[in-house]
Amino acid sequence: MTSALMLVIFLYMLSSAGYLAYFLGQKRFLYPISYGILLAGFALHTGLFIYLYLHFGRMPVHNLHQTLSFAAWALVGAFLLLRFRFHLKILGAYTAPLATLILIAAFFTPQTGQEPSTLFSSLWLIIHILVIFIGEAALVLAGGTGMLYLIQEHAIKSKNPRFFFKRLPNLEFLDSTGYVFIITGFTLLTVGLVTGFVYAEKVWGRIWSWDPKEIWSVVTWLIYAALLHERLVAGWRGRRAAIMAIIGLAALVFTFLGVNFLLEGHHDEFTRW
Amino acid sequence: MNLPAGSRPHTKPRTISPEALEIVLIGVNHRTAPVELREKLGYTETETENALISLRKMVSIEEVLLISTCNRVEVLVTTDRPKEAEESVASSIAAQKSMPAERFSSAVYSYTGDAAVRHLFRVAASLDSMMLGEPQILGQVKQAYRQAVEAKTTGVIVNRLLHKAFSVAKRVRSETGIGGHAVSISYAAIELAKKIFDTLEDKSILLVGAGEMAELAVEHLMRIRRTGKVFVANRTFSVGMELANRFGGTALRFEEIADTLEWVDIIISSTGSQHAVITRKDVKPVMRRRKNRPLFFIDIAVPRDIDPQINRLSNVYVYDIDDLQGVIADNVQTREKESLLAERIVDEGVFRFRSWFDSLDVVPTIVALREKLHAIAAAELQKTLHSTEFSEEQQQALEKMTEAMVNKILHDPTVFLKNPGNHRNKSAYIDLTRNLFNLDTDSS
Repeated sequence: MTSALMLVIFLYMLSSAGYLAYFLGQKRFLYPISYGILLAGFALHTGLFIYLYLHFGRMPVHNLHQTLSFAAWALVGAFLLLRFRFHLKILGAYTAPLATLILIAAFFTPQTGQEPSTLFSSLWLIIHILVIFIGEAALVLAGGTGMLYLIQEHAIKSKNPRFFFKRLPNLEFLDSTGYVFIITGFTLLTVGLVTGFVYAEKVWGRIWSWDPKEIWSVVTWLIYAALLHERLVAGWRGRRAAIMAIIGLAALVFTFLGVNFLLEGHHDEFTRW
Repeated sequence: MNLPAGSRPHTKPRTISPEALEIVLIGVNHRTAPVELREKLGYTETETENALISLRKMVSIEEVLLISTCNRVEVLVTTDRPKEAEESVASSIAAQKSMPAERFSSAVYSYTGDAAVRHLFRVAASLDSMMLGEPQILGQVKQAYRQAVEAKTTGVIVNRLLHKAFSVAKRVRSETGIGGHAVSISYAAIELAKKIFDTLEDKSILLVGAGEMAELAVEHLMRIRRTGKVFVANRTFSVGMELANRFGGTALRFEEIADTLEWVDIIISSTGSQHAVITRKDVKPVMRRRKNRPLFFIDIAVPRDIDPQINRLSNVYVYDIDDLQGVIADNVQTREKESLLAERIVDEGVFRFRSWFDSLDVVPTIVALREKLHAIAAAELQKTLHSTEFSEEQQQALEKMTEAMVNKILHDPTVFLKNPGNHRNKSAYIDLTRNLFNLDTDSS
């Protein structure tokens, strides 16, 4: 178990190194290699989850260790999925190291045993977790794209187009890719929230229970909704859209981790350690 | 001194002896002065003419040439008092541009002798250009020379120097790869456009001003990438229309620019306007209507046409000539090898010019000396022939004898003057010869 996870971490690390070297050294051949290694790591990671699912008979996301590991998996998954459509190669230099860091954090988080609960076996819950994680991963990618946008924009605006200028793609592409990431993420987040409400209705008999996680999820959802609305209506493109994507990312991270650590609620057990 | 009226309209008492002349070049360029200063120092055609004429009147200055482009102002003079001439030029610029000399003195470089010649050759050959190898500069130097010739401020030295400069420039262009490479403002601009826009195929371009530079930029842009529509806005509508026809574009009136900004994406501006043509106030409201789609201004005019403040607006990018330089710096490095070859051609040109310049001192001296002796001999011979009766044969013998004497007398001084030895001061001997035989006052 642990050794399999270590192998995944190792592969992600290797891929990160490859992506970073590709980014810094501009060596084209490094890109397919890094991509291949990431793919291998992801396959192994997926296998690990299937094994855990079969072993526990439910989604393996009931402590911080498993949740983080699942988040890393979703991030890589979303990247690989969106990569097909949008060839934003350089985002690998953001995704792979981030996934590696999350997985390393997971690795050092103790695996506490917990009471198997029937709460975790519903199909609604599986869809809720899967959809929301992949949606959030897409939004994390959108945040990363926003950061790349701001870096490239700064390089062009400051008229010192040296280091990043050559290495990063053009602004319009970053902007439109980030937009698609947000649409994808937002759609999945919406579906995830709805399935969550349905599930809550089933187990607790009420859709809304003023749980901090619920509140913050809706806040995050509203931020992205505002971003999309402004883009369509007022033409919030480029810099503003990028900044909003990063603000959204911050809200997302707080909803994901901060709420569980600082506030309490019925999502608590997912991050218990 | 009693020259026929009109032959040299700007005469002054000449005390300069040609041997002591030195070539001095004073200037500022894109390396020493920022665009803000350069655009203040730029000379219009009339200003150039006035400056040429007023500089020519200065006691220390013999010949003068003024080159003013958007990247440089260079004043080339021949003088026997380089220091004084330099000061005259600086104060002339200060007066013409009504700014204290201290404002630009730190940006000014000055070259004397071979260094000045080399600099001029490098400028003409586009080795000193902001865009290494850009083709316009040679035409601009030619234009400056034409103007100086028309103002009658050039002489034997500047004429020769400029013709040599043109031939060096042509050799550099034909024998090195410098001119052929697409190292140009347009190239840099396209690189930038590709980092702002995903594709250029659906982007429309607005040309403001129908200058040569803008023309080149669009030509280049259309050759490398297919683009959307091209619009040309020029103050003189007919000129704009002509250019628009060449690119299959549409001509616009100058007043329409502000409205056009809503649907064009790339603006290339190169007017000769002294003030900003497009200001922040024009652009800010447009961005909302554009739904913040990016807008890219390429300002290749000096003085600048596009208010630099516009760059502060979100999703709007303004690059002027200096900024574009930063983008192509990398390309220039790969051209280093070619420029080494070009520098060798320049060196050769400098060497050839120097030999001519040196011989210039000796040849007229020897010629004058020869003429003087022949004149004396002829005059004395005439006197003798008139006073006494000689037979035909005797006359011829006498003529032959005086001719031979003059030649024999001249032989050694001629040889000596042509080559006084390696470590001797040639011009000092020439000066001595001229004084000894009183060569300067005799001639008209």
